[in-house]
Amino acid sequence: MNEKLRGSLLRSLSVVLFFVLWYSVSLLNGHVFHWFNPVLLPTPWEVLQSGIELTRTGELQADILASLSRVVQGFLIAAIAGVILGTLVARSRLLEQLFEPMIELLRPIPPLAFLPMMVLWFGIGEGSKIAFIAYAAFFPVFTTTFEAMRFVDPLLLRAAASLGASRTELFRYVILPAAMPGIITGLRLAFALSFFVIVAAEFIAADSGLGYLINDARTFFLVSQMLLGAAVIGIIGFVFNTLLRRLEARLLRWRKTTR
Amino acid sequence: MKIRITGVSKRFTPETLALGDVDLALAENSFTCLLGPSGCGKSTLLGMIAGFVMPTTGEVLVDGRRVTGAGADRGVVFQEYALFPWRTAIENVAFGPMIRRMGRAERRATAERYLALVGLAGHGEKFPSELSGGMKQRVAIARALANQPSVLLMDEPFGALDAQTREILQEEMLRIWENDRKTVVFVTHSISESIFLADRIVVMSTRPGGIKEVVDVGMAYPRERTAPEFIALERRLKQLVREEVEKLGVI
Repeated sequence: MNEKLRGSLLRSLSVVLFFVLWYSVSLLNGHVFHWFNPVLLPTPWEVLQSGIELTRTGELQADILASLSRVVQGFLIAAIAGVILGTLVARSRLLEQLFEPMIELLRPIPPLAFLPMMVLWFGIGEGSKIAFIAYAAFFPVFTTTFEAMRFVDPLLLRAAASLGASRTELFRYVILPAAMPGIITGLRLAFALSFFVIVAAEFIAADSGLGYLINDARTFFLVSQMLLGAAVIGIIGFVFNTLLRRLEARLLRWRKTTR
Repeated sequence: MKIRITGVSKRFTPETLALGDVDLALAENSFTCLLGPSGCGKSTLLGMIAGFVMPTTGEVLVDGRRVTGAGADRGVVFQEYALFPWRTAIENVAFGPMIRRMGRAERRATAERYLALVGLAGHGEKFPSELSGGMKQRVAIARALANQPSVLLMDEPFGALDAQTREILQEEMLRIWENDRKTVVFVTHSISESIFLADRIVVMSTRPGGIKEVVDVGMAYPRERTAPEFIALERRLKQLVREEVEKLGVI
């Protein structure tokens, strides 16, 4: 217990230390040393102020909502397509031979390379951003689902078969739950990746969203607003990751004690 | 005869004969041990009765029907337990009844009854990862029994357990079998285990795997490990197994 308390204290201290460092560098630079132009590194307080300002005008909320809605839509498409295709390809030899090489061919190409094309194909509206996220997030879901479904312990399949399970029951009661940890990991990776790529997509073609907020601030040299955009993305990512981890812990309750 | 094995052989690759020309008939409700060193094909033979492995030649009949795959009439207990880790102990035991579309309440009652039978009443809500090896194997036995198979196939079920747990489970296995007779086929490489449990011991040969000798034990249960006839049979079987181990060369 004491050990645990000390651990969480140190963790909080680490966050505090980060802000103290940031604050000191930017204050010292602004008022004492003049290493570089003070505009380049605003204090945390200035960033917060610009956040309050943008919240008052409603701009920040609108941008958060715009980005989130793209991420959620793109992620959902990727999750559904990835799980279904991953399952089909893992279950059928024919489909594996047909699809696996195709996917392995596309997978190493950074999704960003396709972004300009996506804009050409799907326009500068919501379509291109959602398609881009869906494309990027598809791969981790597909790969983890495929791997997880392929490598189910054959002993468990034998055990279930000798208890009378049919092929569909084997899938539902053994393969699917056995693959669940892998699938959930894939979904978590894909969600993080969705956030990762949305910013890039919004740099290139958007008139709303957190990526747009940063890029727009750059044009007007509003450094604290740029940092604010980054910070908000960080906070949202952290919150969602925590929620997904909670969900994972609940779904995979049985794994808890083996860790 | 409950199980009839005729002219069965198995090649995993064209060059190596894992099991050669086995004939064996097992009576209903008998307790048979397949005894032999590793590599004698005893687990392969068990796998054929279970329907996991198909013979290259010959056939396995259970209740006069040819085995073509796994089935609920033949329960299996594995050395590695093979419990579903995402299901609690009671959900593991209730798996067979669930597949048979038994109602929820009835299924639970059945599972609880079988958990109690193996001495695990009150441990039903634990996950396999929270159970010791002996407890896991008890759950696995309860899971196989709850499905009420007429044949129980056990593949070195106590091989991974410590000596004390092993002896306790052997005794419990006999108690369960005497109250609820089934045709049991039990694979082991432990001579004393086979004498303690079986009414027939099939000593397996190596290279190729096959049957060396069938021994009827003919001692009354419960058997005393220190009884002279137990020790005499132990010595005889040790000699038989040893000949087969020596055929394998340097080990």
